[in-house]
Amino acid sequence: MTGDVALLLRRAGFGPTAAELAAATKIGYAATLMTVTAPAGPDIGATSAPLPQLGPDAYAANPNPSTEQRAAADKAREEQAEQLTRWWLDRMTVADHQALEKLIFFWHGHWATSIRKVKSPQLMLAQHRTLRSAPNFADMARRMVVDPALVHWLDGQFNTRKAPNENLARELCELFMLGHGHYTETDVKEAGRALTGWRLDLKAERVVLDPSARDTGSKTVLGAQAEFTARSLVDLLLRQPACAEFIAGRLWFRYASSTEPIPPATRDRMVAAFPAPMAMLRALFADDAFQATAGTLVKQPIEWMVGAMRQLGVRPANIPRDTLTQLCDGLGGLGQRPFAPPSVGGWPAGAAWLTSAAARLKLSLAGKLASQLEPGRLTPENVAAILCVDRWTNRTYAVLRKVDNPRMLLTLGLVSPEYTVT
Amino acid sequence: MDALTRRRFLLASGVTGAATLAAGGGALAFSRLLGGAASEAEPPADTLVLVTLYGGNDGLNTVIPYADPAYHANRPELAYPGERVLPLDDELGLNPVLTGLKRLWDGKRLAIILGVGYPRPDRSHFRSMDIWQTGVPDVPATTGWIGRWLDDTEAPVGTAVSFEPVIPPLLVGRRRIGSCISYQGLDMPPWVDPGLVAELGRTEPGEPEMSARAASAYTDLIELQRVIGGVDEATGSPKAVAEPAVPATGTGGESALSAQLALVARCVEVGVPTRVYSVSLGGFDTHADELPTQELLLRQLDTALSSFADRMAQSVAGRRVTVVVYSEFGRRVRANASDGTDHGTAGPVLVLGQRVVGGFYGEQPSLTDLDHGDLKATTDFRDVLGSIVGSVLQADPSRYFEGYEPRLLPLSTG
Repeated sequence: MTGDVALLLRRAGFGPTAAELAAATKIGYAATLMTVTAPAGPDIGATSAPLPQLGPDAYAANPNPSTEQRAAADKAREEQAEQLTRWWLDRMTVADHQALEKLIFFWHGHWATSIRKVKSPQLMLAQHRTLRSAPNFADMARRMVVDPALVHWLDGQFNTRKAPNENLARELCELFMLGHGHYTETDVKEAGRALTGWRLDLKAERVVLDPSARDTGSKTVLGAQAEFTARSLVDLLLRQPACAEFIAGRLWFRYASSTEPIPPATRDRMVAAFPAPMAMLRALFADDAFQATAGTLVKQPIEWMVGAMRQLGVRPANIPRDTLTQLCDGLGGLGQRPFAPPSVGGWPAGAAWLTSAAARLKLSLAGKLASQLEPGRLTPENVAAILCVDRWTNRTYAVLRKVDNPRMLLTLGLVSPEYTVT
Repeated sequence: MDALTRRRFLLASGVTGAATLAAGGGALAFSRLLGGAASEAEPPADTLVLVTLYGGNDGLNTVIPYADPAYHANRPELAYPGERVLPLDDELGLNPVLTGLKRLWDGKRLAIILGVGYPRPDRSHFRSMDIWQTGVPDVPATTGWIGRWLDDTEAPVGTAVSFEPVIPPLLVGRRRIGSCISYQGLDMPPWVDPGLVAELGRTEPGEPEMSARAASAYTDLIELQRVIGGVDEATGSPKAVAEPAVPATGTGGESALSAQLALVARCVEVGVPTRVYSVSLGGFDTHADELPTQELLLRQLDTALSSFADRMAQSVAGRRVTVVVYSEFGRRVRANASDGTDHGTAGPVLVLGQRVVGGFYGEQPSLTDLDHGDLKATTDFRDVLGSIVGSVLQADPSRYFEGYEPRLLPLSTG
């Protein structure tokens, strides 16, 4: 097996360091693919960024607060949300098992749940823990359908036998498990009935079943008739051929091309590895169709920033708090604040990220990142090596040649079109 | 700086040269847009502003059938009592928060087209929004109805502009594509040499498409900053408009409609030759606790639209602006158990401006003769969009809806 090792590392993780790229080049594509998708031993880097302890939700102990208590609780939640965001950026940066870490980010975009509605940082962390610990997509889907943050995000706690609320059922079919066109409106309504009766327990950070609100009648979903519960509904959806194909297509969209459809042969090889996502990715990265997508994928803002921090050797936990807050706000301005996707459909992709406003903001953010360093003299070639850019175009090379200041060189490298697209 | 001075400034600053676009590239070059600012002698062209409400706005609580007992019976917790609505006639009234729109209605500058939808309704946000934006209801299409008009008229760059961070499918043609400019600030960091940034914005021959698009974003940035940097004052700081808490599930759309419309107003006043602007407001997916959420959003909509309309009424170019407000679908007639409503079908479309002939068009759908609990559309959405194509873009409506012949509504004065 041959291929572009740098492409593999850039796509599988957030952005390889020069040392990682050198090591991978030495062992070749096939061995790197195995190391990346099945890393040996514990993740030493990640141990320095363990999951944060947020304590109980500020509203959990007191569901009916006074105005003053409410203000205090909101403030506590805001601080915890910022802590959570800082932690995740740090974790993405220091993790050695980059492909695993990037896959968590993928799943966050897949089950796109936003703290802007959920509000509770504890529920967002609980969901994050679920995404991290699920061994495969089947297990993940069974847990996500009763995940308190997702249920709240899609109003599942209001879905009762007497008046079903179909928000969760619809997105389960359309966005999370089957894809549009693989179910009917009747299927959505019937699936909604199967998901009735769940109540949110903020204190326990879970949902609990209220038998009196649950619809125990017979339902017909996708031609199958049963009493369907949340669990058996998800199992039914998992058995649909459309489910594995849909997940393969979503992985292709984020890891290979957001503009070209997945070739059927590639999809079939990925489907054969369903529901194990890392095995599906291994099949993708081993495919010639993957190599052909080089130079077409626009880095998402988080990929861009985390990759830059890894390559510059800047760790979020060591950045002054004010600067780090500005970097997090900057991600928000670019449209990708962690834990706050703009839509249940997930993050945008491709040229959508390439607006002039994003160009301006990236300049400012790249400048902040470079100012964390005290680099010695650098050449354009050095900058390419640090940022793992294959080569500069004549244009960018000419620009970099005019610059003496090493921080400015790094800044311009980070905002160059060559670095933006992979 | 007033409009006239601004226009002179445009000419004096030499922003008349065209930035070269990458072949087939993303068409972001704002320099072209402003470089073509109309000469003072030329009468201003008609301008269209499309306001997309993301999430599925509840039409029945926007234009309210307050006299219909079925409205109150279906929505015991969600219905507005008759005395609270702003009456438009004996049957229909506006949501109580829409006071600015009521004023436009009284001035005969607001048209309301009732029961607008398409055959075989799709209740997916994303598919239904695609249908509205492509103008093709039966099969997935890759181009938008404005995009096809851009293709057909071989429109120059800058003819259609979006102030959203993401280019909407509406503006995507086969050969042409609208420009995407974000409203969040234009100032470049003081420590960077703008000359270097400008150089970074040059596309290389044979450069891959995405890379060329990334480069041209810098060209746009430079030109934007140089030519309409002052627009920042009109829009307020990005911090002030960024990310308010939204109680509904996000399904796309922006939050700063006033800021987007302020930028449109500025462009109209300085005479840029843009014919179509796309702006948006998100958060209308009110499955639960609908009343406060929708009121919050409708109030934003009302303030933004009415102040924009007032501002536009004050200039020659502004008086030739038509605003169209739509959402991907309305909501279910019957409320759910969560004091909200699930995805529905037809809804009202609002059209406003100095050229608009105010009043009702079409028929309010029945609340008792339903299709699986949903309204039956009485006006095809292509009739509304086609009428806009005809009256605002002065083009042949039958060319842009894949064989559909729109029935034209007399929405505009000549």
